[in-house]
Amino acid sequence: MTTPPFIHWFADIGLGDRAQVGGKGGSLGELLRAGVEVPAGFVVGTHAFEGVIAHLESLAPFRSVVERLPADDLGEVSALSAELRARIESVELPPGLTREIEDAYARLGEPLHGAVVAVRSSATTEDSAAASFAGLQDTFLWVTSAEEVLDKLRRCWGSLYSVESLSYRLRHRMPEAGVAMAVVIQRMVDARTAGVMFTRSPTTGDRSVITIEASWGLGSAVVSGGVTPDRWVVGKITGEVQCREISGKTIEHVPAEGGGVLARAVESARQFEASLSDAQLQALRGLGRKIERHYRQPQDIEWAIEHGTERVLLLQSRPETVWSGKEKAPAAQPAENPLHHLMSVFGGRP
Amino acid sequence: MIPGTERAQGAYPYHVQFTPDDDKKFWFYNSMHFPEPMSAFDMVTAEAAYCALGAANTRVHCLPTTLGIDHRIINGRVYIGGNAVTDPAEIARRTEEFQKRAFYYYENWERLYAQWKQKMLALIEEARTLPDPSLPELEPLENVHAGRGVASNHDLLVTYQKTLEGYFRMWHHHFEFLLLGYGAYMTFFAFCKKAFPEITDQTIARMVAGFDAEIFRPDDELRRLARLAVELDVDSHFRDGASADTVLATLRAAGDPGLRWIEELEKAREPWFNVNVGDGFYHYHRSWNDDLTMPFAAIPSYAKSVRAGETIERQGGRLRDERRALIADYRELLEGDAERAAYDQMIGLAHRVFPYVEGHKFYCEHWYTNLFFNKIRRFGRLLSESGFFPAADDVFHLTHYELESAIIDLMNAWSTGSTPRGAAYWPPIVADRKAAIATWSRHETPPALGVIPDVIDDPAIVMLWGITRESLDNWLNAGSAERSNEIRGFAASPGIVEGTARVVKSVEEISLLKPGDILVCQVTNPTWAPVFHRISAAVSDIGGSMSHAAIVAREYGLPAVVGTGNATSRIRDGARIRVDGARGVVTILG
Repeated sequence: MTTPPFIHWFADIGLGDRAQVGGKGGSLGELLRAGVEVPAGFVVGTHAFEGVIAHLESLAPFRSVVERLPADDLGEVSALSAELRARIESVELPPGLTREIEDAYARLGEPLHGAVVAVRSSATTEDSAAASFAGLQDTFLWVTSAEEVLDKLRRCWGSLYSVESLSYRLRHRMPEAGVAMAVVIQRMVDARTAGVMFTRSPTTGDRSVITIEASWGLGSAVVSGGVTPDRWVVGKITGEVQCREISGKTIEHVPAEGGGVLARAVESARQFEASLSDAQLQALRGLGRKIERHYRQPQDIEWAIEHGTERVLLLQSRPETVWSGKEKAPAAQPAENPLHHLMSVFGGRP
Repeated sequence: MIPGTERAQGAYPYHVQFTPDDDKKFWFYNSMHFPEPMSAFDMVTAEAAYCALGAANTRVHCLPTTLGIDHRIINGRVYIGGNAVTDPAEIARRTEEFQKRAFYYYENWERLYAQWKQKMLALIEEARTLPDPSLPELEPLENVHAGRGVASNHDLLVTYQKTLEGYFRMWHHHFEFLLLGYGAYMTFFAFCKKAFPEITDQTIARMVAGFDAEIFRPDDELRRLARLAVELDVDSHFRDGASADTVLATLRAAGDPGLRWIEELEKAREPWFNVNVGDGFYHYHRSWNDDLTMPFAAIPSYAKSVRAGETIERQGGRLRDERRALIADYRELLEGDAERAAYDQMIGLAHRVFPYVEGHKFYCEHWYTNLFFNKIRRFGRLLSESGFFPAADDVFHLTHYELESAIIDLMNAWSTGSTPRGAAYWPPIVADRKAAIATWSRHETPPALGVIPDVIDDPAIVMLWGITRESLDNWLNAGSAERSNEIRGFAASPGIVEGTARVVKSVEEISLLKPGDILVCQVTNPTWAPVFHRISAAVSDIGGSMSHAAIVAREYGLPAVVGTGNATSRIRDGARIRVDGARGVVTILG
């Protein structure tokens, strides 16, 4: 009897596999299917997580202690969070899993040195608020060795048991059995410029425009809000640049020498320089349209432009939720006599 | 009123003079159509146009919420104010009438528009066949023997009155469809703004704009002539800076190929060179036929492109495909079948009416208006030869009422054998009025007078001038922006370009434009289209985002900002400027 593999390459998965690879992992696979270039990578599936939890459970009760906790006792929740995270982070991984990850990691790398990767959690409850609490601590950038990958993998798992996540699940009486996490391991893009793109206007909900925000360096600077990014509004269909705001970008996130990311000051000459060229804006618009068409709904996308190659790579795409959730009356109803539409301008009543 | 210009101001008819009662009403300066002080005669355009516009709105189609537009003149500037209908019962009554009248027009649009063209062509033919005003020394013998019984001096009056009558009639034709056309366009426009709050005006214009309108033909003809010049190998005769006469002389000297080209030129000139270099509202906006400088200036760069193997002809098929794709792509973004069905209805209506909106200008503001002003110029020549004033064009400093009296003076003098009294009477008056216009053009013109309303919802005002409370606030604040280096206008065609500003105030200066310059002019007009071939962006004082100028700029893919109000006076020739055509902002860099 062979066991199913613990890891899944992006090319083999899609949104339908969310239960095994989580929302983020499924969406990266789906982007590949949409014909969009994403940095290479794989997902450590929930199957691996479940195995590890089962192992921990066999040593001492794990999930059941969570469910017995009083939701409002912060002291107890904190204490348990620390204990559970410590147990996960120090767990010995099954040799099969370790081997699979080491092999896959090696395939991401260059012949002479290990790949530089990001390790990100990919919860199966991705779009719930619980997952976004976990999201505060679950991404590790610029990871440069297999050993470190294995370490960050366990820390990602552990983040499911952060104080915020635990409290949320307890308050909402969510069964612990349904909580699982996959982890994405993806080649890191050494970004010259990175940012986000919404395929509708975040301010008016207009679906005919794409809003792009970008800043120098890695995208974490834009996502964390540490810098005011450059901002463009581009006609989705026309490509017309309708709005262009170049901001003073005082800091950028870059890879730190020994792994991880550091924020450094941007030299003054570059602060007010546009972080994207017009050609790149248009390339991003094309990608945004392609992805939106694939998903058939507006998207919220993270992207990066690789240093040196100038390739545009997609890091993540999620359905836009703010405007899509709103009930919107049609701009007009068809009229029995089309001429009655004219009365809206000529001012009488039809 | 500016001191010292009282007499010149007094020349305008009593019914357009401001009175204290007018202070209760809201007036705004119609800088879009009348950007410069109007000479006494040119004011006939305001009279004729508002007479016809008001008739169409108030009495013919019965627009429910608005009547006609009043006009007043101060310092040679035309101020206008709408007359709203506010009583709900009256609106209801007019709505009923409107649907019986205007709806009939929409339902029978193609037939009525075809009929309109026939009417216009007949009117143009009438104007073309009016005799040249002249007075023989003695009545021709054949008239005497024929027992005509009417002498030649009477013909002057007949010709003059027919000329004037034709111009008033032309304006009625002009407004027969115009507001209905704009209304259908605005309906679609408002829908798009609601469905896509951030859509740009120019994108909506592109969805509606056609490609076959007569107004594109003059430029098409020029492209054809440029290609022919290359084929005949005579294009080297078109040199920058050479006058049209010089070019024609060298072409004639070049033998058969040159003559062949001139033959084709003559074919194109009637009617397509009957386009004037402005919007037809000033007597000095001359046509290509009157002055070949403009069309000839465009030929070298077109010819160069042909030599380089480029296609310079407009690609009707491609433009049509692009428009179709644009409409389909926006349709796809709408939510739900109901919205899509409403969209289909409204764009269908806009497409139906738009050929008129685009096409009428060639017949009205260009072809007919040229004939009209040129006929008046002939009267001017006759009068100046009779000593009334030094130059033929001085005639435009008489009102059309005064001109009739001067013509009758001449008729009388011819009949009595004495000297016309006008020779002593008019020269100081003409001089005084010329000086007044010079004074007025140096003074700032307040954008609005009287009581400013909270809302501007008069559909005619909004449609024709794009005036809303918001745009008005922008104008009123323009004084404080005067010191800044930014000039705002309508976003006409997207794109950002930096370059050297070339402030072109007359056709003669067109040859000064170097490739890559940014054209800064008072009006960009489709007749200027050939110039677009060599510039990198355009900025104008007048024009809206759906003006033909904007359409041509978009077609050439050039950034354009129109309707800035005062770019030609604020931008120094040779200055470095940035044009942001998507935002409608021009920045003076140095």
